[in-house]
Amino acid sequence: MTASSPAIIVVQDLAKRFAGGFGIDGMNFECARGEIFGFVGPDGAGKTTIMRLLGGVMTPDGGSIRIDGVDVIADPETAKLHVSYMPQRFGLYEDLTVDENIEFFADLFEIDATSREERAARLLTASGMTPFRKRRAGRLSGGMKQKLGLTCSLIHTPKVLLLDEPTAGVDPVSRRDFWRILYGLREEGVTIALATSYLDEAERCTRLGLLHEGRMLHCDTPSALKKLMPGELMSLTSPQARAARDALAGLAGVRAALLVGDSVHIVVDDAKLRTGEIEHALAAAGIVDRRLEPLAPSIEDLFSSLLGQGGAS
Amino acid sequence: MSPDAPEGEARIVTERLAKRFGAFTAVNEVSFSVRRGEIMGFLGPNGAGKSTLIRMLCGLLRPTSGRAEVAGLDVARNPERVRAVIGYMSQKFSLYNDLSVIENLRFFGGIYGVRGKRLAERVEFAIEMAGLAGRADTAVADLSGGWKQRLALGCAVLHQPPILFLDEPTSGVDPTSRRRFWDLIYALSEQGVTVLVTTHYMDEAEYCNRIALINRGRLVALGSPSELKRGAAEGRLLLVECDDVGPLLEALESAPGVRDVAPFGSSLHLLVDDPAADIPKIERFLAARGLGWTRVEPIKPTLEDVFVRLVGDGRLEEATP
Repeated sequence: MTASSPAIIVVQDLAKRFAGGFGIDGMNFECARGEIFGFVGPDGAGKTTIMRLLGGVMTPDGGSIRIDGVDVIADPETAKLHVSYMPQRFGLYEDLTVDENIEFFADLFEIDATSREERAARLLTASGMTPFRKRRAGRLSGGMKQKLGLTCSLIHTPKVLLLDEPTAGVDPVSRRDFWRILYGLREEGVTIALATSYLDEAERCTRLGLLHEGRMLHCDTPSALKKLMPGELMSLTSPQARAARDALAGLAGVRAALLVGDSVHIVVDDAKLRTGEIEHALAAAGIVDRRLEPLAPSIEDLFSSLLGQGGAS
Repeated sequence: MSPDAPEGEARIVTERLAKRFGAFTAVNEVSFSVRRGEIMGFLGPNGAGKSTLIRMLCGLLRPTSGRAEVAGLDVARNPERVRAVIGYMSQKFSLYNDLSVIENLRFFGGIYGVRGKRLAERVEFAIEMAGLAGRADTAVADLSGGWKQRLALGCAVLHQPPILFLDEPTSGVDPTSRRRFWDLIYALSEQGVTVLVTTHYMDEAEYCNRIALINRGRLVALGSPSELKRGAAEGRLLLVECDDVGPLLEALESAPGVRDVAPFGSSLHLLVDDPAADIPKIERFLAARGLGWTRVEPIKPTLEDVFVRLVGDGRLEEATP
């Protein structure tokens, strides 16, 4: 996707420093038109900073950002016409209705009456919000507030949409609606960049940038990133999951055994080679009811392996 | 081990617990039990009744009918005593940003009635547990999300409650911090603390021993994460891999037999009723529309798939304006 499509976001040597060593440092990346690019990384890795810099609401200490050819730093006002930034807490007016909030943002972006009504109607239909146009924003559920925030962010048809933790506190069904809207925008050619802490969301992006301490460690599709996972993963399901974890600790080839609900996720150097020994150790520990199977790594597993447990904070 | 009859001592028991607000039934005759040291997750759409249920279990809201016991105490008869045996931590849990780590701990210790030598011991324990040794005098405002979360947990367990409620505990913290947080929760659970968690994130739900799925005030599923995945959606989830998900997403939403379509990067997840019959149908459907794909195959459902399957469009609040 990167090579074939023209880049709409081009970031070069971007730097922003804060007291305490936080910030971002010499960052380079490009997003192609129609990508859904996700920034993932530990707290303090620079996810929100990137969003703010791309959105033109913060000035970098060095480097350049071009969005659709416009230099965001030299000409932020022109850039803002093409970019929409939805921060973690989008500023809805709780006392205003859904319609009134949309009106307000449409006024802000000087959208004419005809196209604003047409666009609002379409966005509200896509998000299932049409029946709630007269409801005050303060009385909407978390999921609906996020969808209204998105509608307000999209009222001026941006080329690039920036979302910081877009579905925090939103239930899975509403989250699916939200993502369906994002994929719809992508079809219209809107490029989306988002920051997230959740693998639920990271897995839905077309490409991910893994940030750590202000640098981009890896950048690729979710499936390509998972191939970076050192070793192999197995899942053991048992009512005696805790005893199983203890039995596996220190076994040859077992790099980690992590309790996850009623399962143990086992990181091994070679699943084929170690299965016999693992089964043997579990049987010896009296764990009869068990199911050992290969497990496809998630982005979270990769994250833990690359950054080390607890190593980031 | 049957999820409905857990082994070990039950620490939370509800029997046909209900709460009505006028004509609206927020919690509708919910019965379950949670044993000592168990970690139970509560999942459900916004407005499903999770918060009302938790508030009743915390002794903050009186049930309309039915019964609930927490650590052997009836929540309707002993709401005050119930509040003394529980610890509560929420995403909205407000640590005082301008106070230091140790000042926050002392403040919350005071609220929970922990004093003197015991307070000093517990504060030391909480600092150790949160990994904040050497940072006792740091202002909370200068801590990252993960540290704050662990400190908030430390504050919630200062009085050594046998029951711990976590309301969206790791919202907005990164996966590494989340893993560390859950290691702490597992350690507490191994010491016998019973933990109730509400969350919207399936990454987090996976960490629970059992999950109760609540929809429209009713308990619609109860079981371990793997039991739920085996039960509700196993064999009904298909992966469609393709070069461009957009056109397929739109087309498949109206394809016969397809109950749900969700985009995941360069693939789609489809929920169907009968994969053996539906795979060829879907392939014919796509071919007839000239839409290309590289692979259609059954995959294991995630908890989110289970959630969507069981809750579907039953979002009460969003269904009625």
